[in-house]
Amino acid sequence: MKFGIQINEGPYTHEASTTALNFVSAAIEAGHEIFRVFFYHDGVNNGTRYTTPPQDDRNIVNAWSELAEKHDIDLVVCVAAAQRRGIVDEGEQERNGKDGNNIAPGFRISGLGQLIEAGIQSDRLVVFGD
Amino acid sequence: MSDTKKFLFVNRKAPYGTIYAWESLEVILISAAFEQDVSLVFVDDGVFQIAKGQDTSDLGIKNFSPTYNALGDYDINKIYIEKESLEARGLTVDDLLKLTYEDEDDDWAEKDSIHVVSSAELVEIMDQQDVVLSF
Repeated sequence: MKFGIQINEGPYTHEASTTALNFVSAAIEAGHEIFRVFFYHDGVNNGTRYTTPPQDDRNIVNAWSELAEKHDIDLVVCVAAAQRRGIVDEGEQERNGKDGNNIAPGFRISGLGQLIEAGIQSDRLVVFGD
Repeated sequence: MSDTKKFLFVNRKAPYGTIYAWESLEVILISAAFEQDVSLVFVDDGVFQIAKGQDTSDLGIKNFSPTYNALGDYDINKIYIEKESLEARGLTVDDLLKLTYEDEDDDWAEKDSIHVVSSAELVEIMDQQDVVLSF
């Protein structure tokens, strides 16, 4: 089965992202396909490489990056939500005249249409949030 | 895109206090551009999102409720309100925005987009959808 995933919460305040990470790993292990993971609302905060949790805590951002690289998963951060919350890639840095960028490896910034497309193209869209 | 699916947006939270309602409305408006079969549900404190007479001038937050009036022009005209949620908050349909659309199959007659449904009816509506997004 082809899954689309929507994540509405940041990496640490809510468990949503960790649960989604576990779900995606299990789905791939069971032979399913992940069409796309779309980060919305505070979920965009899963996509900053500046995240530095204590050493004895899990690094959820790195976990997403590693999973994406290993299984070629499309991780998309909503541009409108990202702009509000300071998640920046090189293109956004240039467009908005920022002095740096912070997007984590394996993530890309794109529009809300990518979420609707995930709903259209996937057999199931699963929402993780509050 | 030729595939048409039934999309249901479930709005559960109050309009201010968190950003969920506003960012949900942004997705809803984008979905209209994809020519999908879109329905909206307002349940729990989500019913306050379409309460009429909203005034946010003391909050320093934009009152985005007038945007709901545009939904009819985007062919989004199936808007379901859970009856139990309204009653639990002492509201009736008269406390809500009057959301309408012009029915192109009926000589552009102006019709109500809002339907008050019971929680049992809502279960049926959700069961008929292809994609359910909750906010």
